[in-house]
Amino acid sequence: MTASTLAGRQVVLHDMSLRDGMHPKRHQITLEQMVSVATALDAAGVPLIEVSHGDGLGGSSITYGFGLHGDRDYLEAVVPKMTRAKISALLLPGIGTVDDLKMAADCGVATIRIATHCTEADVAAQHLGAARKLGLDTVGFLMMAHMIPPDALLAQAKRLEADGATTVYVTDSAGYLLPADVTARIGLLRAELRPDTAIGFHGHHNLGMGIANSIAAIEAGAVRIDASAAGLGAGAGNTPLEVLVAVLDRMGADHGCDLYRVMDVAEDLIVPMMDRPVRIDRDALILGYAGVYSSFLLFAQRAGARYGVSPRDILVELGRRRTIGGQEDMIEDLALDMARAAGEKIGS
Amino acid sequence: MSTSANPPRVPVAIIGSGNIGTDLMYKLRRSPVLEPRWMVGIDAASDGLRRAGELGLRTTADGVEGLLPHLVADGIRVVFDATSAHAHVQNWRRLAEHDVLVVDLTPAAVGPYVIPPVNLGAHLDGGARNVNMVTCGGQATVPMVAAVSRVQPVAYAEIVATVASRSAGPGTRNNIDEFTRTTARAVEQLGGARRGKAIIILNPAEPPLIMRDTIHCLTVDDPDVEAITTSVRAMIREVQRYVPGYALKNGPIVDGRRVTVYVEVEGLGDYLPPYAGNLDIMTAAALRTGEVWAERARSGGAR
Repeated sequence: MTASTLAGRQVVLHDMSLRDGMHPKRHQITLEQMVSVATALDAAGVPLIEVSHGDGLGGSSITYGFGLHGDRDYLEAVVPKMTRAKISALLLPGIGTVDDLKMAADCGVATIRIATHCTEADVAAQHLGAARKLGLDTVGFLMMAHMIPPDALLAQAKRLEADGATTVYVTDSAGYLLPADVTARIGLLRAELRPDTAIGFHGHHNLGMGIANSIAAIEAGAVRIDASAAGLGAGAGNTPLEVLVAVLDRMGADHGCDLYRVMDVAEDLIVPMMDRPVRIDRDALILGYAGVYSSFLLFAQRAGARYGVSPRDILVELGRRRTIGGQEDMIEDLALDMARAAGEKIGS
Repeated sequence: MSTSANPPRVPVAIIGSGNIGTDLMYKLRRSPVLEPRWMVGIDAASDGLRRAGELGLRTTADGVEGLLPHLVADGIRVVFDATSAHAHVQNWRRLAEHDVLVVDLTPAAVGPYVIPPVNLGAHLDGGARNVNMVTCGGQATVPMVAAVSRVQPVAYAEIVATVASRSAGPGTRNNIDEFTRTTARAVEQLGGARRGKAIIILNPAEPPLIMRDTIHCLTVDDPDVEAITTSVRAMIREVQRYVPGYALKNGPIVDGRRVTVYVEVEGLGDYLPPYAGNLDIMTAAALRTGEVWAERARSGGAR
């Protein structure tokens, strides 16, 4: 075997199945499922587990889907059950507010992640500041990072750093990035951000690149990697945690997770929870191919079925219009326009 | 052509020479009712003050203090405040003792929220002297919530305002929570929903996209589709009276008890480009408020 590029490298793995995994579950994960998955991940040595509505704190809505329970209910159920693992929460300014952040802090989350579109980092200042003041591990999360070149992404990362983020994420929300794109982005951030600012990577598996991109990210200097047991996440899911742990084991990276236990969480707890297999079907593939926000998948499929339009056509058009995370409300509107246009064509 | 048959226009002042104040100035110049007399800034080099001077307005870079000595002499009856929430509180302190209507375009909300087609009449009849224009998202969406809630009770309403990044200034960016909270409150108080939620999305696409808004209502009982459709269309026409670029894009769509309306707001492009319908609807609503107040004052209705 050749020498590993990651031998001895420390990596913090961050599980997404109870937050990004809320998307394929339409935010209907039960409290019992939350607790059983989080407890099993904790026992497997996963150090950080995210628990929130799929669209972050305050995301429960008509637009994104009402949660089966509120964020507070989930956090209050899970946090006290953790022995070693810390719990994180996600917040998108414009959807959630500082009030939601304070609620999560009251519930005992250790980490808060403030997510903005990759060009709009300045809307996070208020929330990053509040998180720092509360003594939380404060993360800035730049979504749809494929939409701008590395230097532009760096400028936004510096803004997050200046506003209080101690970790900055490159977030491949569309699963569009290829390993070389990840290397370029993470490498530039690592070279130019303060040495004490940590860098993270969040992948989606729409082009099957979850593992390869995560390895590229670590090689380029990322120390926090998002992954999800059995890949449960939006689109074709996130980087599958158990596969990443296996690869990291082979490469000799230091991640602290027990491979067999993580495999068992995926197989025994997550897979039976799935409403349908989370895999690279044609619509999930098009997300990665066309650069579309992964959570649009089910919305496009529902609108497509209701208005007789191909979900793939809807997703491609959403990509062409350069829609960004959170614009789920545009999907029905667009499907109506497309159905009308198709009707006019037939009628003429 | 003689204009002598028309009553004289009512002199007004604008405080704040930024994007909003300058856009408002252009709209006021076309008003048959109001006449922009003063532009008040704090930066003598600002583009807004320069333009105002070129267009023949009197200007000062000394803030509200520069305006006060001229308020009575120049017969100013309406003052539009397009500064910031903090500055507005100071400005109102100085203006409150004067016989003027203050139209507040900041998030300060010292006075009651006004959405012209929903509650303007009620506040002017009530003698309010300081009225607040809520948010751009509120101006664009609350009329639609009200259009549904005047037909039947609305248990919950939720709005999503999507605006071009370039049209969202530092005021919005530094305090985005203020937008979501204020808009949600207006959805409840003026829209008539028992519970409200607001979401804002800043989209950086180039060329910039026109402001679009989604309005969802959950009705208490099954929606009366016909009555809601009639009401929504009538309200669209009401808003179009002062925002010509306000358009129903799709809907009302009914799905169970969900009623959804999709609108687009294209601006007039006075100072800000047409995509910035979010700013246009604020200045247009403020103008409308000032005009209706001045017309009533002129006919002895308001006071």
